[in-house]
Amino acid sequence: MAAVIKESKTDRLFLICNYLYVAIAFVLVLYPVVYILSASISTPSYVNSGEMWLLPKGITFEGYMRVFENSKIWVGYGNTILYTVVGTLINLLVTLPAAYALSRKDFVGRGFFMGMFLVTMFFSGGLIPTYLIVKQLGLVNSMWALILPGAASVWNIIVARTFFQSTIPIELQEAAHMDGCTNLRLFLKIVVPLSTPIIAVMALFYGVGHWNSYFNALVYLNDQSKYPLQMVLRQILVLQEMSTSAQGAATSGEAAMAMNAKADMAALLKYAVIIVATLPIIAVYPFVQRYFVQGVMIGSVKG
Amino acid sequence: MQRNVSNTIHNDSISEVTVTERRKSLWKRITRNWELYLLIAPAFLYFLIFHYGPMYGIQIAFKNFLPARGIADSPWVGFTHFKRFFESYYFWDLLWNTLSISLYELAVGFPLPILLALAFNEIKNGFFKRTVQTVTYAPHFISVVVMAGIIITFLSPSTGIIIKFIEWAGFSAPSLLTDPAWFKTMYVLSGVWQSTGWGTIIYLAALSAVDPQLHEAAIMDGASRFRRIISINIPTIIPTITILLILSIGSILGVGFEKILLLQNALNMSSSDVIDTFVYRTGLINVQYSFSTAVGLFNSAINAVLLITVNQIARRTTEHSLW
Repeated sequence: MAAVIKESKTDRLFLICNYLYVAIAFVLVLYPVVYILSASISTPSYVNSGEMWLLPKGITFEGYMRVFENSKIWVGYGNTILYTVVGTLINLLVTLPAAYALSRKDFVGRGFFMGMFLVTMFFSGGLIPTYLIVKQLGLVNSMWALILPGAASVWNIIVARTFFQSTIPIELQEAAHMDGCTNLRLFLKIVVPLSTPIIAVMALFYGVGHWNSYFNALVYLNDQSKYPLQMVLRQILVLQEMSTSAQGAATSGEAAMAMNAKADMAALLKYAVIIVATLPIIAVYPFVQRYFVQGVMIGSVKG
Repeated sequence: MQRNVSNTIHNDSISEVTVTERRKSLWKRITRNWELYLLIAPAFLYFLIFHYGPMYGIQIAFKNFLPARGIADSPWVGFTHFKRFFESYYFWDLLWNTLSISLYELAVGFPLPILLALAFNEIKNGFFKRTVQTVTYAPHFISVVVMAGIIITFLSPSTGIIIKFIEWAGFSAPSLLTDPAWFKTMYVLSGVWQSTGWGTIIYLAALSAVDPQLHEAAIMDGASRFRRIISINIPTIIPTITILLILSIGSILGVGFEKILLLQNALNMSSSDVIDTFVYRTGLINVQYSFSTAVGLFNSAINAVLLITVNQIARRTTEHSLW
C-alpha cells in the first residue's frame, strides 16, 4: 500500500512538472501574438517606450485607419485573393486527377509516373534554370509565373493518392465498370463527391501556400500594381525598417524628433498591418484545424 | 480473374504466341484505361516542363550561357565556374554559414517537438489540451514575411519589446538584428517559436498507436509515468524520429533561405550569407546565370549525396529507412 502511495507521489510531481512545461510553452507562443494585438491598438509612444507590454494602453485605432487608407495594401489584398483562388483551383485540377490515376492498381505505367514525380522531391534544377524556363514561356511579370511553377506538389499528390486508395473501395469501381461507367465519369460522379475531406485539406494546404508566398513574386513580378500582399508587407515591414533606422542614426535635433514621430506612426502601422494580413488565416484556422491535422497524418502514414 | 487463367494457359503453349498474346493484353489494359492517362496528363506536363525542363537547363553550369544563343548552343567551359567558386575567398564562409545554421537549427529545433509531443501526450483530453494545441500550432500559418517583420520589430534597438525585456532584466542589450554573432541564434529561436507546435502533430500521431495494454501491464509492475515514457512511448516513436532525422539531414544545405533573405542586412552579412542567398544574388541580381547555376548545382548535389548516405547508415544500423 505504502509503495502505491509513494509511486503516485512521484507521478504527481512528474505531472505537475509536465503541466508547468506545457504551460510555459503555451505562454511563450501566445505572448508575442497578444503583444502585437495590443500594440496595434495602443498609442505608439507607450508601445515604443515599453510602457505597454501586455494589455493595450491609450487605445487608438489610428494604425488600422492608416492601413485602410493605404491603397497599396488593398491592391495587394485583391491580388493575393485572385492569385490564391485561381492558384488553388489549378492546384486541385492538377493534383486530384493525377492522384486518382496513381491510386488505381490497374493503371499501366503507374510506377513510371510515380517515379518521375518522386525524383523531383530529391533533385531540382535550381533557381536559375527554373527562371529561364519561366522566362522562355513568356510568363515573367504575369500572375501565371506565381501559379504555374507550383501547380502541384508531390507530397500532396501522395497524400491524396493514399486517401483514394484507402477510402474508395475497389468493388465500387468494378461495379461502376460493369455498368458501363467510364473512368472519367467514375472520377467525376463517384470519386470526387466521396472525397470532400481530402479536397478540403488540399485546398487549405495549397491556399495557405499561395496566401503566404512572396519569393516567386519577388523574382518574377516587375510591376508594383501586380504585387501580392506579401510583397507589399515586405516593403512595409522589412525594407522600411532598415531605411528609417539607418537614417535615424544620421540625423540629430529637431530633424530627429520629426523622424521619431514618423517612426512612431510607422511602428503602429506595422502592428496593424501584421494583424490585417494574418487575420484571414488565423480566423479560419481553428475551424479547419482538424483537416490540417488529418492531412499531415495521412501524409505521415506513407511518408 | 478470367484473364489470369487464360494467360497461364497460354504460357504453357508456344512462347512466340505467348509474347504476342501478352503484348495484346498489355495493350488492352492500356487502352481500356485510356482516360487515366488523360487524368494524369496535366501533372505529367507540369513536372516535365517545370521540373525536368530546369534539369535540362542545369547544363549551363558547365557552359558560358549566352541568352542570345540559348541553352543548347552556348559554348562549353567545363568546370570553370565550379573552380571559380571553390577558389573564391567567400566559399568557406558560405559553406560554414549554411552548415552551421542548419546544424544549429537541427540541434535545437529537432528535439523540441518530440519533448512537447511527449508532454502533450501525458495531458488528459479536454479544454486545456485543445487550447494549448490550437495556439501552439497557429504560428505555423504566419507567412515568412510577417515572421521577418515581427522579428525586426521585436528586436529593433530603440523600441523592440525583447530589447526592453533584456534591459529590464538589468543587462545591456546587444544589437540582435545587426550583430553577426547573434544572427544565427535569432534565426533558430524564431524558427523554434514558429514550428515547434506544428512539429508535434506527426509524433502525436505515432504516439496514438501505442498499445494501451502495454501501459496497463507496466502500471501493474509498478512503473512510474516517467519510466513508462522512457520504456514505452519513446521506443514507439523511434521509427518516426529516424525518418524525420534522415529527411532533415538530407536537406542540411537547404536552409530556410526565404527568411534569411528577409533578415539579411549589410551589417550581419558575414554570418547571414548562405549558399542559397548567394545563388539568388549572383544569379538574379547580378545576372551571372551560369556561375549561379553551378553554385546551386553544387548545393543540390551535396544534399542528394547526404540524403543517400544517411539513409544507407540508417538502413545498416537500424531497420528504419526511407527506402
